[in-house]
Amino acid sequence: MSKKEEKIRQQQEFIEENGVIHLEHVSKSYSTGVAALDDISLTIKPGEFVFVVGENGSGKSTLIKLLLRELKATSGNVYVMGEDVGKLRHRQIPKYRRQIGVVFQDFRLLNDRNVYENVAFAQRILEVPAQEIRRNVPTILATVGLAGKYKAKIRELSGGEQQRVALARALVNSPGILLADEPTGNLDPVNAWGIMELLEEINAEGTTVIMVTHNREIVNEMRKRVIAMRKGVIVSDQEEGMYVEED
Amino acid sequence: MLRKISSLFYVIRQGFANILHNKLFSLASMATIAACLFLFGGFYAIVANFQHIVMKAEEGVSVTVFFHDDYDLCFRSKGFEHRQDYQHPAEQLPSPQRLEEIGQMIAARAEVSEVRFTSDEEAWATFGRDYFGEDYASGYEGNPLEGENTYEVFLSDVSMQDTLVNWLYSIPEVRKVNYDESTASTLSGANLLIAYISVGIIIVLLAVSIFLISNTVAVGITVRSEEINIMKYVGATDFFVRSPFVIEGVIIGLVGAAIPLLALRYMYEYAMNYLSTNFTMLSSLLDFLTIDKVFSFLTPVSFLVGGGIGFLGSVMAVRKHLRV
Repeated sequence: MSKKEEKIRQQQEFIEENGVIHLEHVSKSYSTGVAALDDISLTIKPGEFVFVVGENGSGKSTLIKLLLRELKATSGNVYVMGEDVGKLRHRQIPKYRRQIGVVFQDFRLLNDRNVYENVAFAQRILEVPAQEIRRNVPTILATVGLAGKYKAKIRELSGGEQQRVALARALVNSPGILLADEPTGNLDPVNAWGIMELLEEINAEGTTVIMVTHNREIVNEMRKRVIAMRKGVIVSDQEEGMYVEED
Repeated sequence: MLRKISSLFYVIRQGFANILHNKLFSLASMATIAACLFLFGGFYAIVANFQHIVMKAEEGVSVTVFFHDDYDLCFRSKGFEHRQDYQHPAEQLPSPQRLEEIGQMIAARAEVSEVRFTSDEEAWATFGRDYFGEDYASGYEGNPLEGENTYEVFLSDVSMQDTLVNWLYSIPEVRKVNYDESTASTLSGANLLIAYISVGIIIVLLAVSIFLISNTVAVGITVRSEEINIMKYVGATDFFVRSPFVIEGVIIGLVGAAIPLLALRYMYEYAMNYLSTNFTMLSSLLDFLTIDKVFSFLTPVSFLVGGGIGFLGSVMAVRKHLRV
């Protein structure tokens, strides 16, 4: 067995034992002295749908940034897909991030390009051959319900449609994990539910979804696992949970 | 391999796209590079012509080498009053073979461009004809300049004249070397001064260009910070994020180089035509470089410098402002 195959086997064993995301006593302090996360431990199994809720400054965004390896934990270990994220070298980070799809509240699309180009962009930077891109992009656009709008400019789309493009971009490389940082925050209820339906479909196909949200209605309606955070610590972690009321 | 080629084309396209996105700043940078390279090119055309003229003048600078002649035959014609004033051992009189050998030794030196031998017979023929007239000169019996064989040595580098003269004096058979010290030192001094000024001005221009192109790319990075962030989130490598900015810099540099080349070519042609039609005296006195000679050097150098400062400036900006 080659070293690479051995590593994959070890990672698979780790995921089976400890989940696709596994945090051990993770703390994160900023240089200003602010403790954003304080001794957090957490396990998320493959294929789970998890809401992370909490007031502003509770540490949700820091958690997402740690998972994306935008930040490094001050102490403790962060494992994602069996990989010790803290031990990744700078040049290994791009490859690591390709396993994770990410969507944001503000969509973060390239406004000067059309829908197709925005999605194809995520494949181009992975050096996917043009022929494959031409096959994959229409498929994923059909999945998010934008097959007919591939030529449309981003500015011509509604907020809901823009978030669908962002979702298509996050999913086109078939990531194992989807991080959604308040994906419905800028959307009206109809569009917000449209996105939630899509996320549920994606999750049903096996992608682990971690969604940070303030939307009480969605959390309470969907009855998924809910991790509530306050001042950098996890205050509750419920299966089929409800939105934890803030004091 | 195909993936790499496809990525390469993609980053090149993105480099062009960066310029289009950032039109105003890109144009400003191109204009600055163009201005700098215009000055550089114009300056080069003037300096190259000046150096060419100086070189032509240098080509006319020569030293004349005289050898010990036969004392008994020539003592009186030399005007020496006393034998001891004109001392030379008999063994230092060069034979024709030795003269030829010395000529070959002189010609083999690096600073020598041409060596012309004038035998005593040729010397008298010319001298007698020029100064006495052919009839009068033929009245002389024998050759009053017998033994006055000389070499006229032309230099490829006049600054080496002193070295050559010292070396010539180290040859035992050499009696005297005639040379003009002031012409050589003036010409080599002028050459050195031009070289110093050129290097100084070019360094300043290049530094300004690098600074400006670096600023343009930095602005581009700021404008496209959102796109860069997106690239990072979806797993783009450092190469993929940075290359379009470097390519943008190189393109700006190359376009910035092409504009002054076209302008200078037109202007040089015009100036040469103007000089040859309006200042006939000047253009017959001075030997100007042809347009092809100037631009066969200036074209590749301008593109190299333009592309180079574009590359350097953008790499500097990317290193400073783009942390991926």
